[in-house]
Amino acid sequence: MAFAVASYRDTVRQTLIEEMDRDQDVFLIGEDIGRYQGTFKVTAGLFDKYGAKRVVDTPITEPGIVGIATGAAMTGLRPVVEMMTMSFSILALDQIINHAAKVHYMTGGQSTVPMVIRGPSGAANQLSAQHSHSMEGWFAHCPGLKVVAPSTPACAKGLLKTAIRDNNPVIFTENPGLYGVKGEVPDDLDFTIPFGKARIAREGKDLSLVAYSRMVHVCLAAAEELAKDGIDVEVVDVRSLLPMDTETIYGSVAKTHRAVVVYEDWKSGGFGAEIAARIGEDCFDDLDAPVGRVGGLNVPMPYTRILELECIPNEKDVIAAVRKIS
Amino acid sequence: MAKQAEKHLAASPAELETYYREMLYIRHFEEKCNFAYRQGKAGGYLHVYIGMEPLAVGWLNSIRKGYDHVITAYRDHGHALLLGSDPVAVMAEIMGRSGGLSRGKGGSMHLYDIDKGFYGGWGIVGGHVAMGAGLAFSAKYREEDRVVLCYLGDGASNAGVWFETLNMCGLWDLPIVFIIENNEFAMGTRLEYHAADTELWKRGLPFDIKSERIDGMDVLQQKVDAQRIIDYVRKEQKPYLVEVMTYRFAGHGAADNDRQLYRTKEEEEHAMLRDPIKLLEKYLIQHNVMNHEKMEAIEEEILKEVDRIYDEADASPFPDLPEVYDNVYSDMSVEEGH
Repeated sequence: MAFAVASYRDTVRQTLIEEMDRDQDVFLIGEDIGRYQGTFKVTAGLFDKYGAKRVVDTPITEPGIVGIATGAAMTGLRPVVEMMTMSFSILALDQIINHAAKVHYMTGGQSTVPMVIRGPSGAANQLSAQHSHSMEGWFAHCPGLKVVAPSTPACAKGLLKTAIRDNNPVIFTENPGLYGVKGEVPDDLDFTIPFGKARIAREGKDLSLVAYSRMVHVCLAAAEELAKDGIDVEVVDVRSLLPMDTETIYGSVAKTHRAVVVYEDWKSGGFGAEIAARIGEDCFDDLDAPVGRVGGLNVPMPYTRILELECIPNEKDVIAAVRKIS
Repeated sequence: MAKQAEKHLAASPAELETYYREMLYIRHFEEKCNFAYRQGKAGGYLHVYIGMEPLAVGWLNSIRKGYDHVITAYRDHGHALLLGSDPVAVMAEIMGRSGGLSRGKGGSMHLYDIDKGFYGGWGIVGGHVAMGAGLAFSAKYREEDRVVLCYLGDGASNAGVWFETLNMCGLWDLPIVFIIENNEFAMGTRLEYHAADTELWKRGLPFDIKSERIDGMDVLQQKVDAQRIIDYVRKEQKPYLVEVMTYRFAGHGAADNDRQLYRTKEEEEHAMLRDPIKLLEKYLIQHNVMNHEKMEAIEEEILKEVDRIYDEADASPFPDLPEVYDNVYSDMSVEEGH
């Protein structure tokens, strides 16, 4: 298996191409993904390559888009829905949570929804309060959905392939801050990463930082700083929120005896709270200190950059949380 | 002589008998569901199709069963029955039994029989119409001449996602018939209190969708209209909207026990003068297709059949507790325990 360096954005695009070439039932549907090339340019060039049948430009009507994709998926097609930003998936929550996520259960297993809903989730750059939500935790609350939040181009490729090939509705979140991030990506057309498998992004023995999506990079940067002071931090990249690989997280905590969970979503009630609760519940005997949490400020996202940056957890916040329990 | 009579008939005697049997079958099945509810055998929400039977009989006899797709809201028993679902499995589902279509996971509002082309069975008013369009999108994507029937109530005709869906169906020429079951009430709110324009058939016009209003009580006329519209959609590969004027003889659901809150007894009695079963009986007698004795015999037969369905469904056990975890995902088990 050869590797090539590629950006997160280009990797998502290339993966879509590979899966569309592999399976004629895979099609893309969303707002401005075709002629306009995609708001974040993830689908650039795909309309020219595949045409209007398989790269479907839609009106700006998220519930309708998700509903149509769900119905199509129930017949065996494999729609990949782009949310221009995951913040807009709030409009479609009824279709996602009250319809797509219920199909397999309510039909007693007669029908499935092999649909992926993907798009940027989290703060970009001064998009203010209505375009900056971290939605992964909202969806990871809901049985019937699978939810992933890859942090690297390679993880994006492996998890997106798994998502498209999965027979259940999958929420695939891409932090907009990651689109330009580069990394080595395997060129194998069948490179998949199973859901529910976390990744040790950095080995360490003194404390476990548990994160997903862009916060993994924040944790890695914090770990480098802490290493200078002789604190050897492990970073667990959860990758898949639903299902979640608690075994790898617990294994790390059993080794380090300390944990801080880091997430961009609002701190209160965000998915990091779920991870922290589980560590507290199941690893009590392994812990030498209370489980720490670093989350986004509990405020709507402000516009001005200086306040926006204040809301999003950064290396300093992580380092402070680590020092507090070390 | 029989041949002479057939010339003037809306359908062949055999077809007429089928429609009559199916209308009565739905009527008595629904009465039995209400009975089950009163006995505590059915719980939750239960919505019957009494008075609205021609909407199932007229349309579902005009499609290619098992090939075309049908989707509706929560007033869905009749559709499952006429599309060929095992009636015992339908009743067992309504009773929450393991012998049900979804092994008790769906209930009255959520009947599905995918192999028969029946895609449910949905509880959020207006929510399912976009999925209906998705079924049609799939037919078009695969270049199949499949037609989708998407039923919705007059209440759903105000829902936002419905307008989004109409726009996309008009925009993309999706092969779907939207059938508005206008029974004059969105639960307990009369049409004139919930719709700015009570001519709901006009909902399709802004989206370049051919639209019309038809009578819902005369099953024979409805069959003719349904066949004409379905043939058009299949041939032209364009959407169609039809508002069917019907009346819900029963309450909104089994828990609606005071209909006088929103309509008078006189109004109900007036509507029941056009009870679709009575209208058909009158036609059958006038045209010498059937006499009273034959009708009584058929009704007797159906009542017995419905009793059998009820008893067999009632004999089906409740699901085993561990089944609560089944079918959340197609390929993955879920964490167990509280």
